[in-house]
Amino acid sequence: MSEVTLAAARAVPLTKPKVGRDDWIMRGWMLVLAVFLMVAVLLPLYVMLSKSFENKAGDFIGLANFQEYFSTPALFLSAFNSLYLSAFSSILVMGIAFVYAYALTRTCMPFKWFFKLVAAIPLLTPSLLSGISLVYWFGRQGVANNLLFGESIYGPIGIVIGSSYWVFPHALLIVVTALSVTDARLYEAAIALRTSKIKTFFTVTIPGCKYGLISAGFVTFTLIFTDFGVPKVIGGNFNMLATDIYKQVIGQQNFQMGAVVSVVLLVPAVLAFIVDRQVQKKQVALLSSRAVPFEPTPSKGRDMAMLVFCSIIALGILAMIGMAQFAALIKFWPYNLELTLSNYDFDLANGGGWESYFNSIRMALYTAVIGTVIIFFGAYLVEKGRGFSFGRNAIHAIAMLPLAVPGMVLGLAYIFFFNNPANPFNFVYATMIILVIVTVTHFYTVGHLTAMTALKQMDPEFESVSASLKTPFQRTFIKVTVPVCLPAILDISMYLFLNAMTTVSAVVFLYSSDTTLASVAVLNMDDQGELAFAAAMAMMIAYTCGGARILHMLVSRVLITKTQSWRRR
Amino acid sequence: MAGTADDTFLQIRDLTKKFGSFTALDSISLDIKEREFVCFLGPSGCGKTTLLRAIAGLDIQTSGTIRQAGKDISNLPPEERDFGIVFQSYALFPNLTVNKNIRYGLENQKISADKIKARVAELLKLVDLHDQDDKYPAQLSGGQQQRVALARAIATSPGLLLLDEPLSALDAKVRVHLRGEIKSLQRRLGVTTIMVTHDQEEALTMADRIVVMDHGSIEQVGTPKEIYGKPATSFVADFIGTMNFVDGKVKARGAVKVGKAVFNCDTGTMKAGTPITVAIRPEDINAQDARKSDDNLIDVKVLDMEFLGSFDRVELGSTVLGDTKLRADFSINLVRRKNLSVGSELPVRLPGDLIRLYPRAG
Repeated sequence: MSEVTLAAARAVPLTKPKVGRDDWIMRGWMLVLAVFLMVAVLLPLYVMLSKSFENKAGDFIGLANFQEYFSTPALFLSAFNSLYLSAFSSILVMGIAFVYAYALTRTCMPFKWFFKLVAAIPLLTPSLLSGISLVYWFGRQGVANNLLFGESIYGPIGIVIGSSYWVFPHALLIVVTALSVTDARLYEAAIALRTSKIKTFFTVTIPGCKYGLISAGFVTFTLIFTDFGVPKVIGGNFNMLATDIYKQVIGQQNFQMGAVVSVVLLVPAVLAFIVDRQVQKKQVALLSSRAVPFEPTPSKGRDMAMLVFCSIIALGILAMIGMAQFAALIKFWPYNLELTLSNYDFDLANGGGWESYFNSIRMALYTAVIGTVIIFFGAYLVEKGRGFSFGRNAIHAIAMLPLAVPGMVLGLAYIFFFNNPANPFNFVYATMIILVIVTVTHFYTVGHLTAMTALKQMDPEFESVSASLKTPFQRTFIKVTVPVCLPAILDISMYLFLNAMTTVSAVVFLYSSDTTLASVAVLNMDDQGELAFAAAMAMMIAYTCGGARILHMLVSRVLITKTQSWRRR
Repeated sequence: MAGTADDTFLQIRDLTKKFGSFTALDSISLDIKEREFVCFLGPSGCGKTTLLRAIAGLDIQTSGTIRQAGKDISNLPPEERDFGIVFQSYALFPNLTVNKNIRYGLENQKISADKIKARVAELLKLVDLHDQDDKYPAQLSGGQQQRVALARAIATSPGLLLLDEPLSALDAKVRVHLRGEIKSLQRRLGVTTIMVTHDQEEALTMADRIVVMDHGSIEQVGTPKEIYGKPATSFVADFIGTMNFVDGKVKARGAVKVGKAVFNCDTGTMKAGTPITVAIRPEDINAQDARKSDDNLIDVKVLDMEFLGSFDRVELGSTVLGDTKLRADFSINLVRRKNLSVGSELPVRLPGDLIRLYPRAG
């Protein structure tokens, strides 16, 4: 008895912070966000995973599906195909992207602005476009068919070229960033120590950007590995995992096997994602040192060589989009090369009329607006919320997940989850709503990271000052946080819009006859052999994305002039 | 309760803050009087900012209580407390003008537009920025930004003003100027103020009382003169100003022995033979003209001289001290008058009432 009283006397009562009004409101919003992320990310993935352990009747059968999968040579082969083709294409793209980025950042090559502009073109087009273009170049009736020496473009060759085309800007962006972050003093030291140029390259340049290169490698690999558009159009009979899911689900209605293939696709993607995150953490440590910016010095031979190299690559990109544009304007390839606009008369095509184009615009706008609100406010709660670190960490972790989930997998997971009549959210199935939700979710992570970066750059004491002035957090959010982060907010909405316009993989399982989309129409037109219509529709997407990019640039410029009095620089 | 005088404005009791297994604040108790200007002084990582943030409610303590103006605020979120705060970064809202920054806290209180306008004008005048109110923070100098932050913090007339290293981002000259301004502003407003700083000069010139902290504990609380003249611990003695530390022993009541020399000083209750550290400030070592039969006098030789402008810091050695060396500050006048240089010999006196003794292990 006396021992108990002694212990009680010794124990110091801990201070339990009172949960203030702001905290309650924030936690309420966090709960709303958590519910959204549960419904949009976790539950569908869980249902999909459990489906892979079930038979058609819905009974649990353990690993039997996987056993069947790995004992079916045709299926197993596509896993192998996906792996080695993605690895091969990644190495190819990385090589090109590195030289291209080096030319942009470390040399005095002329016309840099032009090469930057051209390199961004593939971002404006669905990955399908490169496939269509390749058919016109190298297909059976292609203009440059004989360049392949009898090899068929339908298959690995087409997939490698097509994939390289559309992932190139993604790889380039990361490598350019890595090469831009350098300390000129290192090079001055190398010169002072009379280090040869080549040795400097291997002892200073490469180590300085190695994390960026590794990261770009993983991103490129994952993009190609999980891509559906290119292998669908140009793959022919060459099977890849992403096309297998499509065939299992759409062709054979074998949802269980679709789930199994999804898991096989998900595992390497998640692994690549985890390694990439680890690598990027190290990259941050490199960034934080205060460095003197590097200014390249002219060197005639090198600059000319770079100009030639970049011109060849830029020509390749222009040839790709140029051919798609040409094909869209041709009457009847290859017999009647007269120009016409009739290929834009989509209502005559099977696979989706003008309606699908306008559906895409609507979907992309909804995604951009709603997605940006959810993503930015969510990141704000994670970064600037007070206390309740469990909830904030959990939301951050779930927000990182979509980056590792291939679109095909997400789309299939949505079928399993939302198509279940017992699901209270069943009403969104086959509507515009589900398309918006899946697209926001699919591209959530990059937006989340952009928002987090912008928010982290803000003084962490804004919220403290605002609390000391007894200002509700919403007021400071609206009056300070949003205006200061507006450039990042615009970037996020632009990113969502472009991806919503061009994405195929997640939405291909989820559209209905009322909600056909332009990108899916390209796919279906191609399926029906209406290649000219497909090219024209792909170009419509490209014009729209290009227009949106220009608009975004103008708005950003106006914004910067309007706010330059308070923004430094 | 002990220590609760009538004029205690802020009462802190047994405040402990733990980050995992690390104890940032270890059972801090402190009383701060109304209208007082208190500085928390200590090296980085001593817990002074943690204590300030606990008082603000920004990082609430693990255990312990805080009472402000008689009200228990221990667990309240910052918006339910009564304080204004200025951070080292100022945290001015970059997209709002000086005017809008200052009125930010006034606008969501139910105050009429006219009154807000008058109050903002008054504040702008107070911090001498009435012609800058349309500018954005990025267009102001560091010192001006600092004053805007100050005006914003006092706009709502809080009962407590918290300053977190408010001057450390500024140039040396601006800093000295603003020290005086903040101090006189604080006197005029009569607002109870706590300032965190690692700069002892700042604390000594501005504070009514200084709280010296180290390793999450309070080492000493006192007026600047007490802290400087009678440092309670060897940490305080070492941290504030410059101090000679030499090993010695208590010889008898009222006398210590260093090497072969014996100095008379207050030994308190320490027994003969107790090992101690004997401390004296360089400026308290007096050069003597001739060796008189005075006590606490030793003969020294100048080993090294470091020119520091208005005075020289001189390294002194003595046969009676053995290997122990003393640093003394001799004014330029003295050096000139006595024609001191390396190798000069002279007697110096260590006044007994300026010698401090600290316990020594072993």
